[in-house]
Amino acid sequence: MVASPEIRVAINSDPDIVTARQKGRARAVELGFSSGDATLIATAISELARNIVAYAKKGLITLQVVNGSNRQGISVTASDDGPGIPDIRQALRDGFSTSGSLGLGLPGVRRLMDEFEITSLPGRGTTVVVKKWRQ
Amino acid sequence: MEVPILKQGTVLIATFQAALSDADLNQLRMGLVQQVVKFRSRAVIVDVTAMDVMDSFASRTLREIAHMIRLRGAETVIVGIQPEVAFAMVQLGLTLEDVTTALDLEEGLAYLNEKFKNTH
Repeated sequence: MVASPEIRVAINSDPDIVTARQKGRARAVELGFSSGDATLIATAISELARNIVAYAKKGLITLQVVNGSNRQGISVTASDDGPGIPDIRQALRDGFSTSGSLGLGLPGVRRLMDEFEITSLPGRGTTVVVKKWRQ
Repeated sequence: MEVPILKQGTVLIATFQAALSDADLNQLRMGLVQQVVKFRSRAVIVDVTAMDVMDSFASRTLREIAHMIRLRGAETVIVGIQPEVAFAMVQLGLTLEDVTTALDLEEGLAYLNEKFKNTH
């Protein structure tokens, strides 16, 4: 497989959500993910980009290839300089949403992907990194 | 993005495209309800076969469309949710609990025909 640069999608408004998830799906398919897994990845990207638009207004989705010892995967980083999440534990609980316009957000994204990391500083922003490994 | 809405008798059929933005979905929600009023439709079939991602916003909009149309006295059937999309929706925790769904357009029409059979 040819090494490929990361793909960055600026998220500034809701049409960017569609762009980000389309690029994510295309990248996942290129990397040999099944169509079903590509759908899970695209859906996770859609939710993460949606969080950016809803809470931080703007941010960035970055797609990267990740190599494990004997496996390859895709990582999706959603980063913003928004207000941050005051209580991450609460935000990871099903049914929690402060914007009122979102569905279930982060816990759902965590279930869609294999790995999930979040760092958030109130007033500084939020970074979520999720990974899915190719089966 | 334009969503084609087809009128077939008392049923409206709206075919969703793959890449609908939130603004498109909001516009569609109003547009569909207005069409139901204009044509005195008894039912709406929303065909989502082409949609490759159903996230929280899309699924909430579909629920809202169904509820608004119900308030108007008509019925909504969502057809064509792809198996992979259904799987992702369940993983994400999304449900369309109180919304009627059917396998495809044909099944959706058959369901409505059966339902309205005795009321003509």
